[in-house]
Amino acid sequence: MADESSALMLLLSGDPTLFDIVRLSLVVSLAATALAGLIGFPLGAFLALVRFPGRTGLIVVLNAFMGLPPVVVGLVAYLMLSRSGPLGFLDLLFSPTAMVIAQSILVLPILASLTRQTVEDLWSEYRNELTALRVRPVLRVTTLLWDARFSLVTILLAGFGRAAAEVGTVMIVGGNIEGFSRTMTTAIALETSKGDLPLAIGLGIVLITIMITINALAWGVRRMGEIRAG
Amino acid sequence: MLSRRFLIAAILVATFAAPVPAQDKSIVVASTTSTQDSGLFGHILPMFKAKTGIDVKVVAQGTGQALDTARRGDADVVFVHAKAQEEKFIADGFGVKRYPVMYNDFVLIGPKDDPAGIKGTKDVTAAFRTIKDKGVSFVSRGDKSGTHTAELNLWKAAGIDIAQDKGAWYKEIGQGMGAALNTAASMNGYVLADRGTWLAFKNRGDLEILVEGDRRLFNQYGIILVNPAQHPHVKADLGQAFIDWVVSPEGQQAIADYKIGGQQLFFPNATSGAP
Repeated sequence: MADESSALMLLLSGDPTLFDIVRLSLVVSLAATALAGLIGFPLGAFLALVRFPGRTGLIVVLNAFMGLPPVVVGLVAYLMLSRSGPLGFLDLLFSPTAMVIAQSILVLPILASLTRQTVEDLWSEYRNELTALRVRPVLRVTTLLWDARFSLVTILLAGFGRAAAEVGTVMIVGGNIEGFSRTMTTAIALETSKGDLPLAIGLGIVLITIMITINALAWGVRRMGEIRAG
Repeated sequence: MLSRRFLIAAILVATFAAPVPAQDKSIVVASTTSTQDSGLFGHILPMFKAKTGIDVKVVAQGTGQALDTARRGDADVVFVHAKAQEEKFIADGFGVKRYPVMYNDFVLIGPKDDPAGIKGTKDVTAAFRTIKDKGVSFVSRGDKSGTHTAELNLWKAAGIDIAQDKGAWYKEIGQGMGAALNTAASMNGYVLADRGTWLAFKNRGDLEILVEGDRRLFNQYGIILVNPAQHPHVKADLGQAFIDWVVSPEGQQAIADYKIGGQQLFFPNATSGAP
């Protein structure tokens, strides 16, 4: 047990190496979630409100992609970003930016699918009002997204949780480089492969503790917002 | 408002995170799990950085995958241990020149109670034949790494066509050295490991070294600059600076000085006519 508590002690004592790993994990996953949200929210609302040929197919594919295997996303992103791939000239492979891109691909279907469902439910509720008032389509999207804002926070958390928990994409496109692209999950994988299971478990406990804290904070913020909004 | 604030905060974080300074002095070295898991890089890289200011980013993979990463142009230097594969890499035009760096040896690990009864033999191929004949669990890396290559060569030397003769006792896990040792520890199996990773490995369970000292267990490491003629973006100057340091007396001494529990893990031999 000594090592398990030692991981927590390292964190509490502000160990710079562990702190950097935790910080990189959070920054990468937050950025990936934000990037996916920028695309996923409008995309989800669009799918909820606009009928076009192939819409059902797209919805089914997006739903299925909520379960995209991270290792496949990582591999595809790797082949794209590799120097021998089409985007190799960007020189992004083995960098935090590459990790953000790969994770946002992973998270995008979750945000888009759940947003579509939420907005579609709201739309059936407000359909008559918005149609009677002849609200323009763009305004409909923003109105409904605004009305769904508290649900969207939960959706963001689901996406963030997926990003922060996965190891497949960040391992492949980040390379698990010490002090540069090592995250909580790749560090746990590394310590496991070194046979240092207590330290790996300790890091796992740290990661879970951080996730609980973030979710608790988000829940509190959401509650406060709901109370203020009545 | 809240979700928007959350978004804005997240975007701000993203903008701070995104730019990676491109002008930094750094190289990517594709290397093996043995050099990383044994802790060697953690020991020598800070010294190199202090002397030259060059950051060395190590991507630890099996030798086969490391060479493949370099072949794609995603690394500046490879630091691996499978001579035949390294020579092919250079013959194919992907590498400039191979420098021998250091050696250690492979050891055959197995459970203390040794159901195959091979403990103490000096003939590793005889031990391999016994393992196969008795059908005791053997964990193979199965990942084209340097250690996997060495294992396959030993089966061949033992007169066994492992592709034909493998049964349920032969478990190819397709993972790194640490994962193979974890697997062997949990199923009390036999496994071929490099001594460095074994010495640094903490989850030994009932495993111990059963066979060592056979000259066929010799494990040579080499370092190669990726050919800028193939991949013009390769940082040839910085990469060569790293190679020059590793094979210099100073780098060789740094390697020799790395010890775990008083035991030296790697033996530098860049200058002594190494293979």
